[in-house]
Amino acid sequence: MKAAFQIGNNASTRWLHPGAWWVWALGLATAASRTLNPLLLVLIIVVAALVVHARKPDAPWARSFIFFVKLGIAIIVIRVMVQVLFGAAIGETTLFNLPSVTLPEWMAGVRLGGPVTLESILMAFYDGLRLATIIICIGAANSLASPSRLLKSVPAALYEIGVSVVVALTFTPKLVADVSRVQAARHLRGRVTRGPRAIAGAAMPVLEGALEGSITLAAAMDSRGYGRRNDMGVKAQRTTSTLLAVGLIAACIGTYGLVAATSPMLLSAPMLIIGVGASLVAITRSAQSAVRTRYRPDPWWIPEWLVAIAGIFIAGTFIISMWISPLAMETQVDPAMWPALPLLPLIGLVIAATPVLTAPPIPRTYGESPHITPQPFEVAA
Amino acid sequence: MIRFENVSVTYDGETTPILRNIDLELFEGEMVLVVGRTGSGKTTFLQTINGLMPHFTGGTLSGRVTIDDRDTQTNPPRELADLVGVVAQDPARGFVADTVEEELAFGMECLGLAPEVMRRRVEETLDLLGLNDLRYRPLMTLSAGQQQRVAIGAVLTSHPKVLVLDEPTSALDPGAAEEILAALQRLVHDLGITVVMAEHRLERVVQYVDRVIVVPGNAAPLIVGTPQEVMRTAPIAPPVVELGRVAGWNPLPLSVRDARRVAGPLRTLLIDQIPPVRSNESTQDSEVLSEAQQLTIQYGQHTALKAVSLAIRSGEVVALMGRNGAGKSTLLNAMVGLRFASSGSITTHGKDPRTLKGVELLNSVGLVPQSPGDLLEATSVGDECKAADRDANVESGTTRALLDLLAPEIDHATHPRDLSEGQRLLLALVIVLAARPPLLLLDEPTRGLDYPTKIRLVDALRNLALAGHAIILATHDVELAAEVATRVIVLAEGEVVADGPTADVVVASPMFAPQIAKVMAPYPWLTVTDVVNTIGPLILRSHAPISGDALT
Repeated sequence: MKAAFQIGNNASTRWLHPGAWWVWALGLATAASRTLNPLLLVLIIVVAALVVHARKPDAPWARSFIFFVKLGIAIIVIRVMVQVLFGAAIGETTLFNLPSVTLPEWMAGVRLGGPVTLESILMAFYDGLRLATIIICIGAANSLASPSRLLKSVPAALYEIGVSVVVALTFTPKLVADVSRVQAARHLRGRVTRGPRAIAGAAMPVLEGALEGSITLAAAMDSRGYGRRNDMGVKAQRTTSTLLAVGLIAACIGTYGLVAATSPMLLSAPMLIIGVGASLVAITRSAQSAVRTRYRPDPWWIPEWLVAIAGIFIAGTFIISMWISPLAMETQVDPAMWPALPLLPLIGLVIAATPVLTAPPIPRTYGESPHITPQPFEVAA
Repeated sequence: MIRFENVSVTYDGETTPILRNIDLELFEGEMVLVVGRTGSGKTTFLQTINGLMPHFTGGTLSGRVTIDDRDTQTNPPRELADLVGVVAQDPARGFVADTVEEELAFGMECLGLAPEVMRRRVEETLDLLGLNDLRYRPLMTLSAGQQQRVAIGAVLTSHPKVLVLDEPTSALDPGAAEEILAALQRLVHDLGITVVMAEHRLERVVQYVDRVIVVPGNAAPLIVGTPQEVMRTAPIAPPVVELGRVAGWNPLPLSVRDARRVAGPLRTLLIDQIPPVRSNESTQDSEVLSEAQQLTIQYGQHTALKAVSLAIRSGEVVALMGRNGAGKSTLLNAMVGLRFASSGSITTHGKDPRTLKGVELLNSVGLVPQSPGDLLEATSVGDECKAADRDANVESGTTRALLDLLAPEIDHATHPRDLSEGQRLLLALVIVLAARPPLLLLDEPTRGLDYPTKIRLVDALRNLALAGHAIILATHDVELAAEVATRVIVLAEGEVVADGPTADVVVASPMFAPQIAKVMAPYPWLTVTDVVNTIGPLILRSHAPISGDALT
């Protein structure tokens, strides 16, 4: 045990700035959003999984990656199912026929059943895979960056919102633990632990527990001085918060305009500038008069730059490839073709995997601790 | 430091106040214990100190509570955070950050202290509470005792003048509880902090405190006095005090040390007597209900149980003891099929518990988990009982009949959530008992239980054992083990380190010995009842003056 703590204090191991992980993961997600090529999408997932495996801290919140992977799989399955049941058939290669239902005239355009083609399934699969990949990238950031360390890097004006987010994020693992406890209790009462009835039965105690838990937490936070009045005065504080909210909304609209490229540039660019400007003013104002201080904020050093740049790099390579070889990025489904493997995105993928080496190893927080969070509930099959 | 002036508290929707006309002053550097039954208003009393009542909890507070001349009516809890530190009953639920160090800093960040000051105070607090080895650990991975220390540390960094603790040692093993109390002692003595704590486990704390406040409930006036005064007449008292009362010792001993000094003659008197034997001899040949052979259970890297071999026979009452995290719950869970053996084997009722399901499981083994409320899903006690009858496939009304034996006062229409902690435990117990499982397992049954409920539980367990049930209690409560157990198994690091008749195991252990055993050592007396039943209160009393003067 001693040895483990010494490793923890070693100067070469430290927590990477959570912002860097988020930039990296959003870069991966952006890259994923630019392609429908299943090979590239799968490779993005592999890169995310590799990095998570190498640099994931041994904390409860870090175990959420697998959950996001499962969510991704569910998304693909649902997307394909929807296509099979309701989607319009494209292509010629009919795999099988579902009995089709003739709908009344006013619902024309909605199809139920009918022939299912390979092409339409492939299309749905690629589409679902893209969304799943984006979700998994977000999951990677979630596992790699501690939510509360991220909060430390938020500007002071956003502190309150930040705490709410952190509380919400820690809520999930607690909920998971509660669910397995209640499931165990159902087993003890000789009841079914799976299926809809089990979920209905477990929902009540879990939700009640969660509600009680949040009230306790709120009381504890209040008792510890969270939300103390600062010197700024209520009115000035409100002005700042409003300024910030308006600024952020404007910035969001502006960014959307730029990305979507359907709205006129003349409108979106000024929106973005005004939004960012207003937010900056609000943040500076609140930083000047905030009562709160930060305990040991995370530094932003060379490894942070390397990780963040890796993320930006892969996003860049995918965006550029979209321009120069759009066909390779969007695998053709009608007729179905084997996806290509373009070079530039491959380079991007290799660079995106570099955090495996460039991010500092995380401090080992415990050696042989016997006290581990509740294990997932096991039931004999 | 803390002044109550004519304070009354009424909850919203209630017609009668829960606390009435309190006039009281608590001084700097005082350690005060608050006792009372569950639901008596103890927690409400604690909440008035930092303004959670009335600012957070719905209710009206009349009169004035001032902390260091700051009125709680006009100062919400957050404005008093620099003055009053509050540690709630389940500290893990109040954690905001995710590692120890950040949690210690959270309160200071809210107060806006300078970074250098924060760093210094975090280091000091880590040392003061012995947390330095844990500083980078995620909070969720800590044991209950460690979490409790972190929670105390997290409020100490704000340098409060008053520390309010609700049941700080209830969930802890005896060793961890002593560590917490030692830390509190240091705060009171070295820093002059006023400590106000509520605690059911009187035997652990009463010798350390300066004053005791009894909250009798039903808005009756508080009883305030020194521990000696209050303990002389209190309806509930730790075993040494009871012994002292029966023996007529004056001054009343509050600690084992006090009692040992005056107990010499009593020990001499009992030297030839044989204490009532609570051993498993009579159950030696009875049916084996559960058997573990070389049972090893691993979670990932961590081994929770290492090659444990034991057999539980019908009629036995086994106390399973050991530190938090020693593997007690894992063993119980393995017996009901919630945990799987990594190697070795475990059988319950001759079968692999993993294959037991539904009625078959209910008919062979029942477990009351650590938070008994988990078992309860229905919206009323009546529905819960009916559901239990259905689950167990027994005649309807069986569960309610059992409940009437144990806790007749529980009403049919009550929502399980509105029951007290103790009532919830009893309800969970009868639900499990509905199917008459020959093997009954209880995980920490006395956590948060007040004395009257504990007495009911002890009676119930004794009767069940007489009826041939085997009972295993995983518990930190050494007094409970002394009362009911015929056999004690001590686990450490997942291994069985002691296994034998109660008297043999606990008398030999400084950690797990009940108070009476410590007073009467080396003779194996475990409870006041044993002592009293053997010599009879009359003889005891006639010898008492001698024992009282024995030292002079």
